[in-house]
Amino acid sequence: MARKNARTEVSRRKFLAGVAMTGAATAVSVTGKGKAAVAVEAAQSPATRPSTADAQAELATHSVQAAPGTLRGRPGSDFMVDVLKSLEIDFVFSNPASSCRGIHESIVTYGGNTRPEFITCMHAESAVAMTHGYYKVAGKPAAALCHGTVGLQHAAMAVYNAWCDRAASIVMVGNRMDAATRQPGVPTIHAVQDPGSLIRDFTKWDDNPQSLQHFAESMVRAYKVTMTPPLEPVLMVLEEKLQEDAIESGGRPLVIPKLNSVAPPAGDPNAVREAARLLAKADNPVIVVDRVGRTPAGVKHLVELAEALNAPVIDQLGRMNMPNNHYLYQLGGGRLIEQADVILGLELTDFWGTVNNSDDSVEMAQVYRPKAGSRLISIGMGDLYIRANYQDFERYQQVDLAIGADAETTLPMLTEYIKQAIPADHRAKIAERGEKARKGQAQARQSMLAQAAANAWDASPVSSARLSAEVWQQIKNENWALVSRDSSLSNWPHRLWTFTQHHQFIGGPGGAGIGYGLPAAVGAAFAHRQADQRLCVNIQNDGDSMYAPGALWTAAHHKVPMLTIMWNNRAYHQEIMHLQRMANWRQRGIENPHIGTTIWDPYINYAKLAEALGHVGIGPITDPKDLAVAIKRGVDAVKMGEPVLIDVVTQPR
Amino acid sequence: MRKTFVFLAGSTLSVAVFAASSAFASQTAAPAGDAAKGKASFERTGCWQCHGGLGQGGREGPRIASPVPMAWPVLSTFVRTTRGNMPPYTEKVLSNQELADVYAYLRSIPPAPDFRTIPLLNGMMTTASTQR
Repeated sequence: MARKNARTEVSRRKFLAGVAMTGAATAVSVTGKGKAAVAVEAAQSPATRPSTADAQAELATHSVQAAPGTLRGRPGSDFMVDVLKSLEIDFVFSNPASSCRGIHESIVTYGGNTRPEFITCMHAESAVAMTHGYYKVAGKPAAALCHGTVGLQHAAMAVYNAWCDRAASIVMVGNRMDAATRQPGVPTIHAVQDPGSLIRDFTKWDDNPQSLQHFAESMVRAYKVTMTPPLEPVLMVLEEKLQEDAIESGGRPLVIPKLNSVAPPAGDPNAVREAARLLAKADNPVIVVDRVGRTPAGVKHLVELAEALNAPVIDQLGRMNMPNNHYLYQLGGGRLIEQADVILGLELTDFWGTVNNSDDSVEMAQVYRPKAGSRLISIGMGDLYIRANYQDFERYQQVDLAIGADAETTLPMLTEYIKQAIPADHRAKIAERGEKARKGQAQARQSMLAQAAANAWDASPVSSARLSAEVWQQIKNENWALVSRDSSLSNWPHRLWTFTQHHQFIGGPGGAGIGYGLPAAVGAAFAHRQADQRLCVNIQNDGDSMYAPGALWTAAHHKVPMLTIMWNNRAYHQEIMHLQRMANWRQRGIENPHIGTTIWDPYINYAKLAEALGHVGIGPITDPKDLAVAIKRGVDAVKMGEPVLIDVVTQPR
Repeated sequence: MRKTFVFLAGSTLSVAVFAASSAFASQTAAPAGDAAKGKASFERTGCWQCHGGLGQGGREGPRIASPVPMAWPVLSTFVRTTRGNMPPYTEKVLSNQELADVYAYLRSIPPAPDFRTIPLLNGMMTTASTQR
């Protein structure tokens, strides 16, 4: 307290001197990656850009007099950029805004606009969705920079999607608390006492730092928090005064803490052993997975678990969980749930929905699917982290054994315990299950191809199976990745394509908020470009794309190649079906569900729209016979570095 | 904001329909129907929304053509009385004749080709090899 009182007595001149002394100290106090970055940079080039630590050191030995109307010393936002660099944040996705002007200028000038690079977005919601898609490929967070109040309001839905999808994202928002130093009018309208309150229900942590040191510590903490399972978005408020005023640290050196990651929790060994015992002696164990593939290691561990039991794995497609050409892989699962005697749910969002059928009918009939005596086991982080209000925790499902743990981390232990627990007289049975599954896989493949042929193969508009098969034919020999979900195509890509690598699929939006698809695909494509120049395919719902088509411009502007195929069923098709259901329940006319749900009159020409936004536009294509040529042309252009959109007019699903 | 339909609803429905079909398939012949009018009714009353323009099925509705997987008595009874995910179509919104026309339309849709005759699909038998 005494120290604080002393600071208030410091005059402006003495204050600057204090900064100078601080600078000298900071130059040797910056630790961890921040210091490493500065050191590397100095070694590589004699004309390197100075860091804030260098600037402060300079101030220590020279009397700096700023020209009238200019800032004396380095702005605080330069130090903020140092912190971002220390965390190796590659991209800041943002729609430019006055409340972020300080850090914006620091990123593009002081920071050299590299690591982080400022990515121009055309909607705050898109900016956050891009971080969402980026994380799921890169495995680390990017930052979204939003304007105070209105920008964060725009971004809120995308934050909720990331929350529901257990995705890392660092959302930053500009704000100026001090009314006495705020501009009147719009800047004050856009200021808020508690920025985090807007999205606190669906962020894991937020902070509003009031000093640069506070900022450094909180930003490193934010990174750590967002990357600790369950991964969730976090919010950092960037106080405008801190951004824009000269660096001031109250006579103490500014220190960027070293980032360390948190080892995620594995399940309690006794509980895991009990789960292993139940699974090892089961006659028909079934594994259901949603987001087990948090990293590539999750895929490997899941395969090992499944093979230890020769148990089928029902994939709910929250992530790339398991190679879909594995003999134990199941999409949908048929009646496996009904036949199982032990059901193991791994990182399920909705265990209740997994084991219950619930009709969307007047009666709302609900049926518990497992047979009597079937045992349910859950492993996941859902029981360890739950919040009120928003209902993404789904209905409560009673289980026989709930293990609160990160499933990916727990799987090796579980697999080992299972191997130990399998009774000797049960091994032949397990081997037999495997043989049966292998034989069933070939039959299922044949049946599925027959279904594809029967899926309106030659129809116009184009069928989902035909489109999926035509795309696969053009990409199967490339280093490809699907950067969209495929549920609107009745999962035909997952039925026809061969997914083997973790990066080849990123799951869905999590919160089912529309407007996610296009920007998330662009964010994922940023990561793929960075990783290995992979050929990104985005099968894009038409209605979703029109929430923020400006994401196409972002891809074009930043030279991110991606093949977008517009799944153009010319409707918010799910809503048509909902309206049809209402009309049928009420039986007073069933011919109006197209009103308010279709995108007709005029039809949108997505190829022209894409061209206007810097893409190669192809289509509209209505005849499936034209698909092969169009897709090949698109793939060739993407391989040349172009973003491409092919407009395909399609069947509803 | 948007509720996702239950993926399994379609398969559950199919099972129910097939079960009923085996019991009643040969009881009554279908009334005369006009396939062209049936196509119009199929589109006007929204059948295509879940079952696809050619009755090929999709995530929310099972395949109901190529071939039609149920006999007339089963289809007509089901359409009138369903209480599950598929909403009912009473005579008030779809007359018996219109329903007969829809049935005629579904039966007029050509059978699906054998996937082995489609090079793109035939080549996929070997694409997804069994892991390990």
